[in-house]
Amino acid sequence: MSGLVLGILLVLAVGLAVAALRARDLLSAALILGGYGLVLSLVWAAMGAVDVAFTEAMVGAGAFTVFLLAALLRTSATRTQPRPRARRGALVVTLLLGAALLWGSRDLPAFGDPASPAARHVSPRYLERGLAETGASNIVTAVLGDYRSYDTLIETVVILTAALGCWLLMPRGRE
Amino acid sequence: MMALAAGHGVYWAAIALALIGFYAMIAHGNLLKQLIGLNILQTAVILFFIAGSAKWGAVIPIASRAAGAEMAAERAMNPLPHALMLTAIVVMVATLGVALAVLVRLYRRYGSFEEDAILDRAE
Amino acid sequence: MIAGHDSVIVQTVVRLLLPWIRIFALYVLLHGHDSPGGGFQGGVIMAASYILIGLALGRDELDRSFPEESALRWAVAGALVFLLAGMLGMAGGGGLLDYAAAPVPGITRIDLRYYGVLVIEIGVFMTVTAALTLIFARLAKTAEGEAA
Repeated sequence: MSGLVLGILLVLAVGLAVAALRARDLLSAALILGGYGLVLSLVWAAMGAVDVAFTEAMVGAGAFTVFLLAALLRTSATRTQPRPRARRGALVVTLLLGAALLWGSRDLPAFGDPASPAARHVSPRYLERGLAETGASNIVTAVLGDYRSYDTLIETVVILTAALGCWLLMPRGRE
Repeated sequence: MMALAAGHGVYWAAIALALIGFYAMIAHGNLLKQLIGLNILQTAVILFFIAGSAKWGAVIPIASRAAGAEMAAERAMNPLPHALMLTAIVVMVATLGVALAVLVRLYRRYGSFEEDAILDRAE
Repeated sequence: MIAGHDSVIVQTVVRLLLPWIRIFALYVLLHGHDSPGGGFQGGVIMAASYILIGLALGRDELDRSFPEESALRWAVAGALVFLLAGMLGMAGGGGLLDYAAAPVPGITRIDLRYYGVLVIEIGVFMTVTAALTLIFARLAKTAEGEAA
């Protein structure tokens, strides 16, 4: 894990997020968002979360972009106008939220601290006994499928529900 | 200042992304841009969780099957947030697909993604 | 969109690529115990192969290779595989998703947990593949009959 690489990638991610939201053309916004997903997958890889990076590269940079493009090409909306209304209220709320989050972040353990509370709770047991207990050398798979499988079960049902919702929302197109 | 940035810079990036997404959601007049803002807000939360799993000088959480190879907990990334965020990303894309379906329905009814135009035509 | 790409080069390359994408998806699924991967990632790759069919060969081809009704059935079946694999443990007196308690003779507890994780990953794989394909098909299809 290299701090310099991580810093560059994070700056790139924030820049791409702003660019995606500022783009006047919705197609460009969708494609910039795809690039944002790809940079994020590099961030996860730089932080050692290889499984998450793998998923993000396919979902954030791939599937979601394709969904956006499919929806955009279906509609003929390509451009967006800047909003005429005043947005001072929104800016004030956002800055207040930011101040609160920054205030709260002071109490967080330093990034990458091996002795942080999150790293001392149950995860040492997963890491040290995971292979012996579940037979899976990829500890993330062991946590996903065995130790925390309730979570995965419910997430699977959520994905099923989302597919059902999409199926019900969109009437069959005329053939 | 540099020490603080090394310890908390990742959290600042997560906060910045969350604020960018939040601001777009409440201030942008285009529903598709609001959806993009929602996506950025979600990834900010994922960044926060993954940042909590990282440890300096540690390796990815895959154990060795070689006999006698011990996995020291402080030498590997915390696998728990990885497993949670992995499912969260796939759920994110599925639910955003539903949101896109709602938007396309709205577009077919009102002919626009702009909030103001939809509100005008809905009256 | 979704009328198929006109270029014969694109269509041929996509047809050539499809089996390799699917083999890679199955590899990612089945090798998830020892390398990054598993049901979620494999499922997205598998769904990508169907999305590619829809993009390059047209929606009729997508309808032929993975009709929406069967996608819905696969998605439900995946969640059921997960749930039933979890309930096997209950049959043996354990809790829900307690794979080691499953009443299968002749297999050690650790192997039971190994195969339990594999079975539920296959369930996740089925649901993710079918759900993402279905969402794409619906998003890409509706606009076809659109008046505006």
